Amino acid sequence: MGTEVEKLPGVRRKKTGSKIKQDKATIAFNIIGYTLLALISIICLVPFWLIVAGSFTDELEIISEGFKLFPSTISFEAYRSVFSTPEQIYRAYGVTIGVTVAGSLLGLFLTSMAGYALSRKDFLYRNSLSFFIYFTTLFSGGLIPWYIMMTKYLGLKDSYWALILPPLLSAWNIILMRSFMKSIPESIVESAKIDGAGDFLIYRKLILPLSTPGLATIGLFLALGYWNDWFNANMFITTGDKYPLQFLLYKILSSAAVLQTNNGSYLAANVVPPTETLKMAVAVVVTGPVVLLYPFVQRYFVKGLTVGAVKG
Amino acid sequence: MSGKGGLIRELNRNKVLFLMVAPTLLFFIVFSYIPMVGVYYAFTKFDFDGGLFGSEFIGLKNFEFLFKSGILWDLTKNTVLYNLAFIILGNIMQIICAIFLAQLTSKWFKKTAQSLMFLPYFLSWVLVGAFVFNLFSDLGVVNSVLTQLGLQTYDFYLQTAPWKYIIVFFNIWKGIGYGTVIYLAAIMSISEDYYEAAKIDGANIFQQIRRITLPLLMPTFILLIMFSLGGILKGQFDLFYQIIGNNGMLYEATDIIDTYVFRSLTINFDIGMGTAAGLYQSFFGFVLIMTVNYIIKKTHEEYALF
Repeated sequence: MGTEVEKLPGVRRKKTGSKIKQDKATIAFNIIGYTLLALISIICLVPFWLIVAGSFTDELEIISEGFKLFPSTISFEAYRSVFSTPEQIYRAYGVTIGVTVAGSLLGLFLTSMAGYALSRKDFLYRNSLSFFIYFTTLFSGGLIPWYIMMTKYLGLKDSYWALILPPLLSAWNIILMRSFMKSIPESIVESAKIDGAGDFLIYRKLILPLSTPGLATIGLFLALGYWNDWFNANMFITTGDKYPLQFLLYKILSSAAVLQTNNGSYLAANVVPPTETLKMAVAVVVTGPVVLLYPFVQRYFVKGLTVGAVKG
Repeated sequence: MSGKGGLIRELNRNKVLFLMVAPTLLFFIVFSYIPMVGVYYAFTKFDFDGGLFGSEFIGLKNFEFLFKSGILWDLTKNTVLYNLAFIILGNIMQIICAIFLAQLTSKWFKKTAQSLMFLPYFLSWVLVGAFVFNLFSDLGVVNSVLTQLGLQTYDFYLQTAPWKYIIVFFNIWKGIGYGTVIYLAAIMSISEDYYEAAKIDGANIFQQIRRITLPLLMPTFILLIMFSLGGILKGQFDLFYQIIGNNGMLYEATDIIDTYVFRSLTINFDIGMGTAAGLYQSFFGFVLIMTVNYIIKKTHEEYALF
């Protein structure tokens, strides 16, 4: 965002018009603006703070007084409990990472190939094929026929493929990729063709390196989709061992599944085992990587949005 | 180039390009086009042993039931009203944020605010479910505060009234950063000359926004609204399911077409009825988006989808 911010009218105005005294309206505008945006930013952060605060609260305090904005005790019991027998969390992490990496790479490969083919002006059927893909966003058979296709005819119930395949390709990503690739000068392709390069070689050696910003954006959109997906697991996965992170969190939150912890040991001691705080701790553990990576990847998403806002 | 000769010649000429797009086409044929045949279930009394064409054909009976029982009307009303609230309130909030972000001068502040506002977009809906649990359960923050203030606690899970606002709030909360980025890009494309000229004429910042920024944002605003209206029958399944789940007490105010179809499949096993509701949604959604696209094509041709 850094470079774009400099282009904003407000910034420039400060430089050119700094001699002019700020009038009352501008002062009022600034007060309203800073207050409102600060408030909205805090609101965007508060729920996250609540989860973190909840995860570090003592279970007894939750039971007697409930969750609080600022808990009066601090306890690491919930995290100790999560990591006392971490196999289940590690397993879910493994499933999510595996599905995210495999799905994003495969999805990126297929999306970029399709995007490239459909961006080539000498590809006669590019418009009808694009519409063939685009039409699926306009009309669909609905959830149930799709579900029956997945389970009855493809036999994907309780298979990892049920997590990988549904988010793999989206018409939106293909159209976005196509418009990224359309911006590559045609003369590059033409001169390579004259040199006798085949279409796939041109794609691999010339187009892919030239479209890294586009690939990064779409790859990150795909990865985020896989990381946050709980729906497909909810529809198709029945074995606990195959739960991805978000679905495990969902199950723990809805108390449908209990995290395997050594809470049994609490029966002897006169302590309450963490259950409510444990839910919060799992939420933190599951979301942590996204929040940690967020500052580094944010600009790619902004780029994708501003390119995508212009019609492909 | 015409007919089969043209196709075969083109297939031969651009073999590799066809091969490159082929896996994608196969994907959409298998996961989108073949399931379209499955809308036939909507016209049957589904029989698990019979499968697609072994089930008894009952014509429009499923639709008749959905219509006469009032289910379809309630679902449509909820879906449309929620979407209207999301679209109108969401866009207004995003425009306000974008205008302030564009005009304020502190670079540091703008960057931080924009990052924080965009953060919810990256979080999963399951985490939103965790927020709702943390805030509104018996032990939730809201009830803790009520107790501390010496007030009666409130059982959210028995009341339909607050959930409408909670759902709308979290939808706007999650999308605010996304929309703000789009409107900010539109504001930044406005020429600086307009503002300079207005300043020379003595217009203050509010007048500049009202006379320059808002009118020039209008086309973007109208287009985004129009396209959103085209999708007004599509529900945000994640949002409703993670916040409400299978709490039957709250269906009256919170059931949308997507949650109804999902329950038909996973709880009631009413395949015919669920498919019928889904087809109703798809069909009228299609008609809506075609209408919207037709209108845009007549008025702003360059923005039409196809």
